[in-house]
Amino acid sequence: MTHIKVTVDGVSYADDVEPRLLLVHYLRDVLGKTGTPIGCDTSNCGACTVLMDGFSVKSCSVLAVQADGSDITTIEGLANGEWHPLQKAFNAEHALQCGYCTPGMILASADLLKDNPNPTDEQIRDGLEGNLCRCTGYENIVRAVRRAAQAGAGQ
Amino acid sequence: MTTTAESPAAEIGKARTRKEDARLITGQTTWTDNLVLPGMLHMAFLRSPYAHAKITSVDVSGAKSMPGVVAAFSGADFAEEQGSLPCAWPVTPDIVIPPHPPMATDEVRYVGEAVAVVIARDRYAAADALASIDVSYDPLEPVLDIRTALDEGAPKVHETGNKSYEFVFPTCGDIDAAFSGASVVIERDYRQQRLIPCAMEPRAVVASWLGDAVTLWSATQIPHVLRFAIAAFFGIPEQSIRVIAPDVGGGFGSKLQVTAEEVLAVLISRRLGRPVKWTESRSEGNMTVHHGRDQWQRISIAADSDGRIRGLKVDLLADMGAYLMLLTPGIPLLGAFMYPAIYKMDAYSFRCTGVFTTKMPTDAYRGAGRPEATFVIERIVDELAAELGMDPLELREQNWIKHTDFPYTTIAGLTYDSGNYEAATARAKELFGYDQLRAEQAERNARGDSVRLGIGVSTYTEMCGLAPSRVLGSLSFGAGGWEHASIRMLPTGKVEVVTGSSAHGQGHETAWSQLVADQLGVPFEDIRVLHGDTQISPKGMDTYGSRSLVVGGMAVVSACDKVIEKAKRVAAHMMEASENDIEFVSGRFQVRGDPEQGRSIQEVSLATFAAHDLPDGVEPSLDSDATFDPENFSFPHGTHLCATEVDTETGFVKIRSYVAVDDIGKVVNPLIVDGQVHGGVAQGIAQALYEEAVYDEAGNLLTTTLADYLLPSAADLPSYVTDRTETPAATRLGVKGVGEAGAIASTPAVVNAIVDALRPFGVRDVMMPCSPERVWRTLEAARASAGQQSATSSNGGAA
Repeated sequence: MTHIKVTVDGVSYADDVEPRLLLVHYLRDVLGKTGTPIGCDTSNCGACTVLMDGFSVKSCSVLAVQADGSDITTIEGLANGEWHPLQKAFNAEHALQCGYCTPGMILASADLLKDNPNPTDEQIRDGLEGNLCRCTGYENIVRAVRRAAQAGAGQ
Repeated sequence: MTTTAESPAAEIGKARTRKEDARLITGQTTWTDNLVLPGMLHMAFLRSPYAHAKITSVDVSGAKSMPGVVAAFSGADFAEEQGSLPCAWPVTPDIVIPPHPPMATDEVRYVGEAVAVVIARDRYAAADALASIDVSYDPLEPVLDIRTALDEGAPKVHETGNKSYEFVFPTCGDIDAAFSGASVVIERDYRQQRLIPCAMEPRAVVASWLGDAVTLWSATQIPHVLRFAIAAFFGIPEQSIRVIAPDVGGGFGSKLQVTAEEVLAVLISRRLGRPVKWTESRSEGNMTVHHGRDQWQRISIAADSDGRIRGLKVDLLADMGAYLMLLTPGIPLLGAFMYPAIYKMDAYSFRCTGVFTTKMPTDAYRGAGRPEATFVIERIVDELAAELGMDPLELREQNWIKHTDFPYTTIAGLTYDSGNYEAATARAKELFGYDQLRAEQAERNARGDSVRLGIGVSTYTEMCGLAPSRVLGSLSFGAGGWEHASIRMLPTGKVEVVTGSSAHGQGHETAWSQLVADQLGVPFEDIRVLHGDTQISPKGMDTYGSRSLVVGGMAVVSACDKVIEKAKRVAAHMMEASENDIEFVSGRFQVRGDPEQGRSIQEVSLATFAAHDLPDGVEPSLDSDATFDPENFSFPHGTHLCATEVDTETGFVKIRSYVAVDDIGKVVNPLIVDGQVHGGVAQGIAQALYEEAVYDEAGNLLTTTLADYLLPSAADLPSYVTDRTETPAATRLGVKGVGEAGAIASTPAVVNAIVDALRPFGVRDVMMPCSPERVWRTLEAARASAGQQSATSSNGGAA
């Protein structure tokens, strides 16, 4: 067991974990933060994307021990009193259907907009290549990210 | 309480953002894997590494001694109680339905079939212990190709052989006359590759017993069907089973199933007296969630020299996989009605042979039978146009049912209630710039551009809104096709809508609120839609086959009618008026000719709840149920046009533009409808360009991960132009299904575009998925063949 300290959505946690425990299982099974889902086991789908010290990571590809000392933001901690511009935009543009990819898609988009506050549609598509959605055909996801960018989500 | 002084604006047709989103975009979800119960244990399955083998021994004792392990079982441990997974669709009287134990006992027939199970305190401990189970196998020959599986001497999947059934559609018209007198006959073999549905949420199950009653949470599309199946086939009294489908992360048909893991969770939880959970990994899911499609399709079309279609013959070989699951044998036959599509013809014949192989069983996948049918008819109509030197849209127009012909009974015996193929096609051509693109194509072909422009057409229709119960009965289907709804009028004037449909991304909570707001005249916000729990929604036939709005929506409005009927009596009594003088206008009961005097439906709700002064003989409840059974299927249609840029040097295909004009009748929520079309089109494009479940020669699935099975990303797919024409269905709501239309329409549009680009080189087909390598190899073969032909002809000329 290894002792780790992690801040998740503004709350500090200290836990002893198996070195092999994945960050996503730490979030879901140890902390009960089930807003972050798991969609694959090969880091292809991106459903489990969270922000680690502000950068998007696939939490199935990070060990909990690697997150020691870091500040994690999950979909549950993104809203700050009101919905984040990306959450508003995903709702307004109907950018989700089943919603399973949505947490990862929104957090990957947050990182994308941080790097490039005014992306073209092509840059949005390329930037979200690591996040798979089976429902929307991506059309409305692209529109939502564009809308969030216009609302200043990346500023 | 709220009273509605003014009538709310019409909700039907409004682009309402979804009620569901609030929880989904904030992570407050109830996915089955989120569930934690006191004392809950985790299951992990040991699965067969062989496509076909005798099991000679299974020893789970090593696993039992591993840390954290509570129990381990082999199939033999459940042989007495696990029964056989059900097939609800015996399509012919002599169909072979082999036993399908949830855990194999003596023989495995596909890679991934469950052989043993470990139950442990956490998912890591359960997975660790699998390595300590010893299984001895005696390998048998796999059966992998349905084209040779019926040969004499072929190894057998089951003792009874490899044929499950042969289904012959009643012959329509004089097929021999249609073909013998035809100027043109074209025959082609097409391939529907095997697909993996890949809903983003992997399957997950939790089972928990309390006394003699069990609650089963499952990532399923069909809580009601599942409850019935567990009762009917596994000996647990129906009244003791509650099935909950909480938030479900997509299905596309893959969660329309009664699975081994669901049944075993129920049985194992009962035996251990503890709640158990199982969540699959994606790799496990790719192997063991039922697959889709997988057919070889022989199609022949006969036509006159002017292009009039005379007849169509279809002969299918359909891969059942190793067993028949819930709807496996019926899936190809859902297409049997649809091969004639929108075209008039004199005769039609259809035959399908269901064949066993040592692969994962196939079953419903978005469109289920209709995409397969639409693909080959739309492909071969293009081939006929090329043969006749006609524009593919002109040939279609010459043969399609005119808008003045509806209702029209097709050669396959379906009566299409409505449609306007002319209008949808005209709109699609305009949005696409069809004539300009044809001109550009001619110019680029003439100058020998290395990147060729292809234009693909798909004028699809489909049958959905499953389904009239008497039709299902005539097809030997194991259930009816009705849907149920209840309206509960709450004392404070709010409304609960209980629907037997079971949404998993479709937006029923929003769309049903819109329906009810208009029917009852209550605010959209005052309505809550409940679904997916057999204790809350006790009756239903669930969600698949683009049925929810067409069938379930009608049950909802029928239940609203009954509420109004009941409330009218109470309102009349409250106003001391005759019931015959009361009219219901926008949520208000009022006396005809005296609109000033009236009672809102909310006021009537409260008065009924109080029950202090009800008319004699009136029960103190406005709540109402309705069950709706459709008279006919729903027939959405549309015209999809696709432009591809095909690089003749690399084989790379880029979709340049995609236009979808769909006619789904009346639209309840255009935002949701567009979303359904986008997603469906994407899934159809994925079949055309990217996806294929590949087994090697030993029967191992090679595409077990999303690194190998190519679900397209945003970077792989185009932007879509969508529009609609509106020809209402001949029903009260005028709506048609939309959930599968995009996936049905788009695959042939894309492949037609690729073949259209390469036709100048002599290419007549590219097998799906049209990967760069496959396009390039097809083109090279055509070039080589053309080179030989031109060499032969020039030699001939010299002689």
